[in-house]
Amino acid sequence: MNEGNSMTDLTTMMVSEAMVSKQTSVCGLAPPNMSRREFIKGVIASGAVASAGVFMLAGCSDNSSSGNVAVPATGNFERMITLNINGRDRVVDVLPNETLAMTLRYKLGLTGTKLGCDRGECGACTININDVQQYSCSTLTHTARGRAITTVEGLQGVNGELHTIQQAFIDELGPQCGFCTPGQIMSTVSLLKSNPDPTREEARMALSGNLCRCGAYDHYLNSVMRAAGEV
Amino acid sequence: MSRDMMPHFELIQPSDMDNAFEVLERYGEGAWKLAGGQDSYDWFKDRVKRPQAVVDLNGIEELKGIRETPEGVEIGALTTLAEIAESDLITGSFSLLAQAASRVASPQIRNVGTIGGNVCQDARCWYYRAGMDCYRAGGNTCYADTPEGMNREHCIYGADRCVAVSPSDTAPVLVALDASMVIRNSARERIVAAQDFFIGPDVNIERMTVLEPGEILTAIRIPSTWAGSTFYFEKVADRNVWDFPLVNIAAAIKMSGNTIEDIRIACAGVECVPRRLTVVEDVVRGSSRDEETADLAASSAARGAIPLNFNHFKIPLLENLVRRAIRDS
Repeated sequence: MNEGNSMTDLTTMMVSEAMVSKQTSVCGLAPPNMSRREFIKGVIASGAVASAGVFMLAGCSDNSSSGNVAVPATGNFERMITLNINGRDRVVDVLPNETLAMTLRYKLGLTGTKLGCDRGECGACTININDVQQYSCSTLTHTARGRAITTVEGLQGVNGELHTIQQAFIDELGPQCGFCTPGQIMSTVSLLKSNPDPTREEARMALSGNLCRCGAYDHYLNSVMRAAGEV
Repeated sequence: MSRDMMPHFELIQPSDMDNAFEVLERYGEGAWKLAGGQDSYDWFKDRVKRPQAVVDLNGIEELKGIRETPEGVEIGALTTLAEIAESDLITGSFSLLAQAASRVASPQIRNVGTIGGNVCQDARCWYYRAGMDCYRAGGNTCYADTPEGMNREHCIYGADRCVAVSPSDTAPVLVALDASMVIRNSARERIVAAQDFFIGPDVNIERMTVLEPGEILTAIRIPSTWAGSTFYFEKVADRNVWDFPLVNIAAAIKMSGNTIEDIRIACAGVECVPRRLTVVEDVVRGSSRDEETADLAASSAARGAIPLNFNHFKIPLLENLVRRAIRDS
């Protein structure tokens, strides 16, 4: 998990660096010890921020060039907003029609949050906002201003150690393919925040908004019950 | 993934009602009122609805919360379904509504989805939602009511060109509890009974409710008339989470000993509006609650139903749900 930790830090660093210098390309700037995966994630994060998502989010038809940019009716509408993610304030350029899943994955490099259906029907993109489980694919990023966003990356300890819930998921062999796991974990985090000692039925209800195509539901429930005993 | 990015719109986040009305007025038909957004975003992602401006009402505090009033309970239209399902006020006196709210969609959707959004959601018909030019979308065809049309989920009552149904779980509850809807525009406030709030295609084929473009549903008032009654709610859907009801049933019964003194019973999934089953009410009122009454109620439940090709099953389903509501509540 040390790798995971440095990955997050690196991404953050590169994002903020891009914000300051507005550099459009970081090609050829990879430090010698960086893994391929880390490098690519860094490029995605900084490149997307610097170019306002033009190349990653090509289909989003931002009409700002035609002068039809979001005009504030009341109050201030700003595209450059501050989001509180995993306890840290992150400044990011967000389109009015952008979902939180898009912002997290393609602008901030927090790819732990998965996009499955992008329709609020699978749960892979589940994150917590003010400790409440929500679908980030069905949340406009602008509506999350001033609220505490927690993604699966935010669960790790200061030294990159796994959260008790993550460890419980491993111990009980919760995931099979693993794609839905971040969502399942975030639903569990939200459940155990509001109900630290759930029954198996309550856990089943809490995770009912997360699909698992491998059908590892029982393993996930075992994981939740183990985590509940340990948190 | 870019396929699923929403087309551009202006996002406006008013913080009070006056601002909201001003914006709605300015954009007219181009404005889209956003509550929880769980249905809206799908419309946008599918590019079937392309509003010029999305007016996010979530910043307006007076639209939120559950309040006790001298007449009963008032629920702000932007109160989430999760809050309603967990509210002491609701679970105490109107557990019927709490039950229905807790059966909507999935936990994540209930955490942001609102009761106002749930009752104002548009028709559930995949032809219409796929952007086809059906009657409801301004065209001159119904794609569901054809020999090959997939109409398993569609109506058995009240078809008038359109055969879509009211997909809400909370709507029949509000009808059963005699709720009233508080609607405001910039000039005035009007109160509409829940039963009259929903309109069928015979009244207006392009809308599901009486809500006009410049109006906002601000609150739902539930009188104490049926507080603490015997309640029954059941939803039958293809799967337990996410899915809309094939048929659901909501009943409030006032018992006196074993006699049914008074009853309200309504269902969704069978008509474009939540359907109040007045025939069943008349049949069972004053009867003792037993198997015989339940059978009688069941046999009267689906009178006059005209099924489509693939939804004949809704008739016995409705009958059985009514039987259970009377017998098992």
